[in-house]
Amino acid sequence: MTIAPGARGKIGRKKAEHAELLAPRELRGIIETVLRLAKSTGVAETEVHVDEVADALTRFANNAIHQNVFERVVTVSIRTVNGGRTARATTNRLDEDSLLATIEASLSLAHSEPRDPRLLPMPGKQRYRPVNRFVQATAALTPEDRARAVRLACDLAAKKGQVAAGIFSSGQSQTAVGNSRGLFATYCETHSQFSITMQEDPAASWAKADFADVREIHPQKLAERASEKAHLAVKTQELAPGRYTVILEPAAVLDLVGFLFYDFAATAVQDKRSCLNNRMGKQLFGKNISIRDDVFHPLQKGAPFDGEGMPRQKVLLVDCGVPKNLVYSRASAKTARRKPTGHGFALPNEYGEAPMNLVFSGGDSSVEKMLASTDRGLLVTRLWYIREVDPYEKVMTGMTRDGLFLVENGTVTGAVKNFRFNQSLIEMLKKVELMSPAVRATGEESFEMVVPAMMVRDFHFSEVTKF
Amino acid sequence: MASVSFSTELMWDLCTYALETAKLRGASYGDVRLMHLRQRDLTTKNGQVGTLAQGESIGIGVRVLANGTWGFASTDRLTREGVAACAAQAVSIAKASALAKRSNVVLAPENAYVDSWQSPFRKDPFEIPVETQLALLLAADGEMRKVKGVTLTETSMQFRKIDSWFASSIGSRIHQRKVISGCGIGATSFQGDEIQKRSYPNSFGGQHALEGYELVESLDLMKHAPVIADEAAALHAAEQCPEKFGTLILAGNQLGLQIHESIGHPIELDRVLGQEANFAGTSFLTLDQLNKLKYASSIVNVVADARLDHGRGLGTFAYDDEGVPAQCTDIIKDGTFRGYLSNRETARLIGLERSSGTMRTESWNRLPIIRMTNVSLVPGTWDYDDLLADTADGILMDTNRSWSIDDRRYQFQFSTEIGWEINGGKKVRMLKNPSYSGITTEFWNSCDAICKFDYWTLWGTPNCGKGQPMQTMGTGHGAAPARFRKVRIGTAFSKQ
Repeated sequence: MTIAPGARGKIGRKKAEHAELLAPRELRGIIETVLRLAKSTGVAETEVHVDEVADALTRFANNAIHQNVFERVVTVSIRTVNGGRTARATTNRLDEDSLLATIEASLSLAHSEPRDPRLLPMPGKQRYRPVNRFVQATAALTPEDRARAVRLACDLAAKKGQVAAGIFSSGQSQTAVGNSRGLFATYCETHSQFSITMQEDPAASWAKADFADVREIHPQKLAERASEKAHLAVKTQELAPGRYTVILEPAAVLDLVGFLFYDFAATAVQDKRSCLNNRMGKQLFGKNISIRDDVFHPLQKGAPFDGEGMPRQKVLLVDCGVPKNLVYSRASAKTARRKPTGHGFALPNEYGEAPMNLVFSGGDSSVEKMLASTDRGLLVTRLWYIREVDPYEKVMTGMTRDGLFLVENGTVTGAVKNFRFNQSLIEMLKKVELMSPAVRATGEESFEMVVPAMMVRDFHFSEVTKF
Repeated sequence: MASVSFSTELMWDLCTYALETAKLRGASYGDVRLMHLRQRDLTTKNGQVGTLAQGESIGIGVRVLANGTWGFASTDRLTREGVAACAAQAVSIAKASALAKRSNVVLAPENAYVDSWQSPFRKDPFEIPVETQLALLLAADGEMRKVKGVTLTETSMQFRKIDSWFASSIGSRIHQRKVISGCGIGATSFQGDEIQKRSYPNSFGGQHALEGYELVESLDLMKHAPVIADEAAALHAAEQCPEKFGTLILAGNQLGLQIHESIGHPIELDRVLGQEANFAGTSFLTLDQLNKLKYASSIVNVVADARLDHGRGLGTFAYDDEGVPAQCTDIIKDGTFRGYLSNRETARLIGLERSSGTMRTESWNRLPIIRMTNVSLVPGTWDYDDLLADTADGILMDTNRSWSIDDRRYQFQFSTEIGWEINGGKKVRMLKNPSYSGITTEFWNSCDAICKFDYWTLWGTPNCGKGQPMQTMGTGHGAAPARFRKVRIGTAFSKQ
């Protein structure tokens, strides 16, 4: 097959084995090739996304590595506009014939739909505030590096009579967007995660970290923390369901509140599917709750532009408990007569936009201080299988997992069988009594964000399970 | 998508070259999946086209055993140089895995197969004009928008065509082509302080199956659009589902998800053996429970059946992604727990003679893992009308709204979009915000009636997430309406 100029034809074997990303000129070369081909076919407007990932993940269970994977893929996604109609076609084949076929597929799809009088022209050239989240130490991590760290964690588990399971992943990705009106933006980052579950029959506990710089991850410390908590959780007592004061570790906060933020999309409000309908500007949460979306925060990751290439803005979503602002794509901004905030998804789509770089203001307490101030409550390590029960009151259900501990008179006195909760997020954020400083947290149910640990009163547990 | 085609000969050549390279680099076993995935996604919202997209992805994944441990690498560089580098990388990753191993992986025996198979369909959805597809969605959307009180209307179609070329070092060469279709509609109503929604024929994208465009045509969207729109608007005035212990009748679409969560996941042998402990969780179905546990009442029979004979479900295929032929495995027989979902590695670990053939991968860049096939409740003997007539006091729940279960698959809670009070054998009134909860084995042991085959549908669950990196897989769940006694009802909205 014919390779597009400047694309993968110049990638040698050594580069492929070491998973180096395409050079910036190669990335731009793909976009320019698509724009040239599209122009030659008479397309009025063309937008091109190029996304590349090179990710590795080492997975372990039963104190040994059982899966160990690597992937590398470059995806080219093309949106054309002709006569008020737009559609997207995607391929991972970079030869000119395939790129041309993808342009034609997009055109053919668009031709099949009715004209959309609300469709906006593509944006022109934009200016972006640079962010640098590419860390060579992460990009250079090898399978052997990951295996050695996993081996140490597994050895710790074996020494303690426990069983370890988890992942150690590392990778790099880059994205570029360009269009026929001259817009061009690129972003690259590295990412790494270490997650570990330590099992001491019948209990388990868990710890996880996620950073652009793998040197900020300390696998052995995470393993030790999970190990200690698993041992503490071996003997459990069953408590009656009811309302408890809870101390939610940051991962538990993250996974729960993550379900709130799609409601801050202007399109969700315009569609009347947001819990913020008729609630903007009102005292919805406690006065100690302030939340902003800030892609430039030093603990955040992600591109400083959206699916149309619009620069992301910092947005104050909640100010002292009052929902103040929504995020806007270009389309929802036009409907609302506001300015776009750079949070739109790639077009065409029906969801509009969402804030993806959440930062809570946090407080000055700590988990230790929260424990010390609790007469009777529960310390929650992690939540699991969270789903929405009531979309307007934002009632969420889910389970505690991997370490639920009873706190009495300021200290942890034992472990408790896991509970199911049915809890309104709105009510919960009215009842936050203490917060730690916000940290970069990672869980399994939501994307990473910067959140504090929280002490919340009257958290509603409805049922108990068998372990 | 009209794109440049690769020849079948080239596909097999690349597969063979990858396997040869892996062997030369020290692999004792290898298998490869070269896959070409094509998709089309269409949605509408409030009478306007939403998503209008088409895509393709092609590449190869190489899985090897070296030094007794696994390695996997994937690439979209489909040249001999590209696949050779990928295979070499898989071997070097496997050797790194050996730095933290406890024992050598041993696989249950399996024969080599050379075969080609295509899922049956009557109308290729990629040959149906997009204009035709959009016209149907926009018409259904329009029907829903006619109903007063409806504030958001949504429709969708998804189509997939997946070609996979599987080759392994034991000599298998298997080509499969699968065509998958999905379609659904939904109406949402926001009034006062309440959002209510109704979906057809199921929530979260509707029905999905290993079928062509005939699936869409069978759904009769235009007939059902005004019905669900009326129901969405009417739910606001309906009574709240009460809190009580009582009789529950589940519609087939909700029972399909109940099977998925409380039977399908706990029988995955990788979970049972702790391989998913960090993410998806483990299972209460420990090895000592096999052939002993009274999982359900004696009228309950459940199979995991990937064969075409079972139906054209999302879990139907000829061979799994480890080259094992599709099988039917008894999971629950007359109420007793009888079998797991296994692969060649886990089957060997627990002393089974053979894998049950459930290794499946989302795409060429993902490792195959144990997944549900079609995990289905065998039809019972009841007529639906007789089942209602036989129910003095109960609640019928239809179409899932939320679902959650603990990480060992004991305690669950589901809520549905709509409920109906059954009194004196008749549906007497609509109920809003229905929910129920329970412990898996207690719930299934309370089943006292299952409708017969006339009411049985092989439902498709297109969004089952598992694995790290996460993979999304489609699974099938045959179910007919069934009745359960002494179930806790109304938990989700309890204020206690």
